[in-house]
Amino acid sequence: MLDWRRIPLSALVGLACTAGIVLLAVFAPWIAPYGHGEVIGDVWAPMSTTAWLGTDNLGRDLLSRMIYGARVTLTIAGAATTLSFTMGSTLGLVAAVTGGRLDRFLSGTVDLIMAIPTLIMALVVLSVLPATVTVLVVVMGILNSTRIFRLSRAVAVDINAMDFVEAARLRGEKTAWIVFSEILPNALTPLISELGLRFIFAVLFLSALSFLGLGVQPPDADWGAMVKENKDGIVFGVPAALVPAAAIGVLTISVNLVADWILNRTSSLKGDRGNS
Amino acid sequence: MPLPLLRQLAQRLVLGLVLLVGVSILIFAGTQILPGDVAQAILGQSATPEALANLRREMGLGDPAVTRYLNWLTGALAGDFGKSLSNGQDIASALGKRLSNTMFLAGCAAAVSIPLAIALGLVAVRHRNGFIDRAISGCGLASTSLPEFFVGYVLMYFFAVKLQWVTSVSVVFDGMSLADRLQAVALPVAVLTTAVLAHMMRMTRAAILNVMESAYIETAELKGLSPLQVIYRHALPNALAPIINVVMLNLAFLVVGVVVVEVIFVYPGMGQYMVDHVSHRDVPVVQACGLIFASVYIGMNMVADLAGVLANPRLRHPK
Repeated sequence: MLDWRRIPLSALVGLACTAGIVLLAVFAPWIAPYGHGEVIGDVWAPMSTTAWLGTDNLGRDLLSRMIYGARVTLTIAGAATTLSFTMGSTLGLVAAVTGGRLDRFLSGTVDLIMAIPTLIMALVVLSVLPATVTVLVVVMGILNSTRIFRLSRAVAVDINAMDFVEAARLRGEKTAWIVFSEILPNALTPLISELGLRFIFAVLFLSALSFLGLGVQPPDADWGAMVKENKDGIVFGVPAALVPAAAIGVLTISVNLVADWILNRTSSLKGDRGNS
Repeated sequence: MPLPLLRQLAQRLVLGLVLLVGVSILIFAGTQILPGDVAQAILGQSATPEALANLRREMGLGDPAVTRYLNWLTGALAGDFGKSLSNGQDIASALGKRLSNTMFLAGCAAAVSIPLAIALGLVAVRHRNGFIDRAISGCGLASTSLPEFFVGYVLMYFFAVKLQWVTSVSVVFDGMSLADRLQAVALPVAVLTTAVLAHMMRMTRAAILNVMESAYIETAELKGLSPLQVIYRHALPNALAPIINVVMLNLAFLVVGVVVVEVIFVYPGMGQYMVDHVSHRDVPVVQACGLIFASVYIGMNMVADLAGVLANPRLRHPK
């Protein structure tokens, strides 16, 4: 089983930071000293005992807004990642199992979407769609699902050629059974190692959109939107915008460290199985 | 040039063109996915019927979508992107200067990052698994995970506001001397460099290490060549194709990655132009910018492909 002492230090640090941010987000109303829209003092006040991180561009407590912002960032990025995983892996597995025209159509569409830079495609679509959370999740989810489609299709094509799948097919099982009961359990390991990377991508993507003013709209704010709110202060020597920007960096680096460790673990597991 | 090679190059070119057409359809379709129509989306729910009818006529929304797409595409091919909805400006003339500004920025970033990435990659291989190698790959992890605006604002905070070495916004205008222009883009170039450096460097390192494990390298080592000669004369030529590939892919990323960087430093390039008009729901401008960005991206990827075929004779004979 999992032995805590055998986890490398970098992964432990990553786990601790990720868990800390998740806890802050979940218990935001109990932890944050002020409400997320509450004006408590001057604009861009420096750090003090009443406002630990100072105040933002409207005199709101930066720390409280950071804690509530963690909620928005994690929720939207998490929802988009979940959507892209469900969609990408289901379509990828189905494409691999059915093959033929459906496979060619899906693969062609994915190739086409991937030929356009993600951010540019998102900008094009967001120029006509309303900027709501649902739209954001769906747009990010779809654009993010292309890589998962490719990965799961590639993995499933290999598994599809194995004897136990052939046996299931000869038994007369339906496509849905073959996809979800025969292939999915065996394709899970590579997909899970991809999960962390896709989540990081979703966090950075959301932050970039919000920073450009096209993501989360005021009065709500994720960390990217908070950078946008406070960016004008930089010129006056107010570092308030650096706090949410750094927080995004801490989140993505910690998830990356954990993902790296899981990747190493699973690949070494596979190696062992092959040797014995 | 031998005939099969020419045929293969031609095949890739045709493939790229097909991809471009597909992408133009996707960009056009991306602005038509609303249940209502574009005019409604642009003017909002509170628009008067007259205003809606006017805008629909202006955009030719009475025609079927296929006709509008073909009109748009033929116009775009002739360099005519129509007029901006928000200020009535001719889009093509507004884009021209901004496109060259963006290319200047991306070009400067490429000129700094490519030599640096290859040099650092070689250093990492030379001191494999040593302290330098680890430090370089650690920085790599950080630079791929950090958002561009973090690096951008940190640099701006220290170098423009605290130390006042450069101005905080990158103003460029006509008739500016090259030296001033270079100084104005110094910070944006630094941010773009950190964004692509790590990936390029890591791929260079991986490509060379891959070659270093082959038998002829061992032979070269055993016959007493210096490590530098082994890398330079034996490993590098064979690692060239993957390195060229990575460089081109990163250049493609640079051209697109400028969007956020231009907004940070208020640089008058294509990216900022596009973002501004997305929030104004100025669909013709967004379509034009989207098409240009996507074409540059696909073009770079195609060049990477072609360079790969030319640099690696083994790729010329597919099974």
